[in-house]
Amino acid sequence: MEFITTLVNGLSLGGIYAMIALGYTMVYGIAKMLNFAHGDIIMVGGYTILVFLAINPIVSIVAAVVMCVLLGVSIEKVAYKPLRGSSPLAVLITAIGMSYFLQSLAQIIFGTAPRYVIIAEFGSLELGALKIGHGTLITLAAAVCVMVLLNLFVKYTKIGRAMIAVSEDKDAARLMGIDINMIITLTFAIGSALAALAGLFSLMNVPTIMPTYGALPGIKAFTAAVIGGIGSIPGAMLGGILLGVVECICNSLPGVAPYTTAIEFAILIVILLVKPTGLLGKKRREKV
Amino acid sequence: MNRIIEKIKGITWKYYLNYIVIGVVAAVFSALTFAGALPQSTLYLLERMTISIILAVSLGLVVGFLGELSLGHAGFMCIGAYIGGKVSVLLADALGKGVVNLLISLLVGALIAAAAGFIVGLPALRLKGDYLAIVTLAFCEIVKSLFQNTSEESFGGPLGLRTPRFDKQYLFIIGFVLVLVTLAVIQNLLRSKHGRAITAIRDNEIAAHATGINVTKYKLVAFVISAAFAGVAGVLYSFANNNVQAAVFDYNYSIEILVMVVLGGMGNITGTIISAAVITYLNTTLTVVLTGNLAVLKDLIYALVLILIVVYNNAPALKNFREKYNPRKFLKALLKLTHPESKKYADDEGAWARVPTKIEMNEILSTDIVVNESTKNPDKADKGE
Repeated sequence: MEFITTLVNGLSLGGIYAMIALGYTMVYGIAKMLNFAHGDIIMVGGYTILVFLAINPIVSIVAAVVMCVLLGVSIEKVAYKPLRGSSPLAVLITAIGMSYFLQSLAQIIFGTAPRYVIIAEFGSLELGALKIGHGTLITLAAAVCVMVLLNLFVKYTKIGRAMIAVSEDKDAARLMGIDINMIITLTFAIGSALAALAGLFSLMNVPTIMPTYGALPGIKAFTAAVIGGIGSIPGAMLGGILLGVVECICNSLPGVAPYTTAIEFAILIVILLVKPTGLLGKKRREKV
Repeated sequence: MNRIIEKIKGITWKYYLNYIVIGVVAAVFSALTFAGALPQSTLYLLERMTISIILAVSLGLVVGFLGELSLGHAGFMCIGAYIGGKVSVLLADALGKGVVNLLISLLVGALIAAAAGFIVGLPALRLKGDYLAIVTLAFCEIVKSLFQNTSEESFGGPLGLRTPRFDKQYLFIIGFVLVLVTLAVIQNLLRSKHGRAITAIRDNEIAAHATGINVTKYKLVAFVISAAFAGVAGVLYSFANNNVQAAVFDYNYSIEILVMVVLGGMGNITGTIISAAVITYLNTTLTVVLTGNLAVLKDLIYALVLILIVVYNNAPALKNFREKYNPRKFLKALLKLTHPESKKYADDEGAWARVPTKIEMNEILSTDIVVNESTKNPDKADKGE
């Protein structure tokens, strides 16, 4: 019974990781860059919820999504767009700088001490010996919804298909009349909105927030995206869920628990060695 | 006699400038220390500076010259600090806390860090840029977590390993000597055939491979040397402190070293040394001045400076501006440092005396002219003029 609880918790945590990982993977697929500041957008979302929670929980969620979308898009315009076409190393370092910037800005505004954000009181579902928090179930359901909707959006709408086209061949897509700049902006917007949702759901499960709040989930979700094959949307979902389940199972075993982070990263290294492009990644051919 | 003078005249002093400046600085501070004119805090600052310089120069080999991003440099330093610290603890009874102990610890720490570099590098360097960054980052986290969960007798566990602080005041002099050793190894490596191979891999990996350079071997060589010197810096760290804690060597520390390399100019050793010294100085003094929430201002400024410098140096749109208002050109004109013959090449793009940078190389090697033109102004291309 305990194992089932752990598994459900793992799936729910995996759902959160998958949402963050989707942001990483979509941006990588389309802009061919690692957005290291993505984890910190989650943190900004969390603090926005904290600020607007006094008004109304629903208002705070909407505000968080809007804030994150605006932030994600403006980061792209200010920091990444001028570097388009230069070396990948430069873009990566700028992204790291952006992440550092957001963290220290949050520290200046809100201080380093953790703050409590209780969005709503949740009970828990009890079926015999099985006990699962409602927050966990809501997270799981929402994660499934988001993934299904995103898949439908990418596969069946005109803009979604334009996104796939851009990720496959930017120049050919431009010749087909696709506005590349608009697609990149849109990708950052969707990724940031997902990050805001991920922030919301992780606050439902663990209601404390601090300036480095997004760093570890960000790095782990990034790991998940790489495990699944960066650039692949189903890969990010698979990787996120895999990582979430592994984390919860490791945490439930007393002897293994301190090494959880090490095990997760070890899985990443092993998978990259066996399959250098990740589980569902496509092979890239080198062109001279 | 004349021969010797001729020989001295023939030396390209540019190559030795770093050694001379660092040697002079070390000599001045040593003299001041033995005269008793320096407070303890300055000595600590100098120790920290030497550690930073070794770290930054060794990371510069991988980031600036090999062109791969490593985000796990603090991990190698962590290995050096723990292993070297442990060795020094074990040897403290037999050899005391002096120079002999330090040398043996340095050797062991550097070797183990190099071995770790080899073990990580061998599989990881098969991966490309972004993937390598994440694997080194993962490695750093793994190392940190392993040392944090050791037992108290072995490596101190979460409380950290208690190490004997070096018992003399002049640890920083050894630090400076180690900086010179680092420079000697890395600069000479870069000026050799092997170093040329490493920079060739940075400029164009496929082209380097096609000319018969063993890409994996040279990547590994650069990576292992870089890891070994990070280990040296770690051992030095364990001797400069009473305690080694794994939590210090986190992702942010790796980033801090990276900031030093980037601000100094990637692929510029002198710049890296200067920026490492200045940043360490600012770090130490600002921590005293800025307290409480203001302490974060330092990080905020770092982040902004990092972004601005990278965007300024790399943005394709600013290329003309950079060439027009080049501070180095301005300085040279001011001091009239320009070589008399260089005027001949001033307007000649194909000047052989110049080594093309990576971006220029890409332009030269690119055959896809149509695409390049449309990327210059995508907005116009979209309207279909």
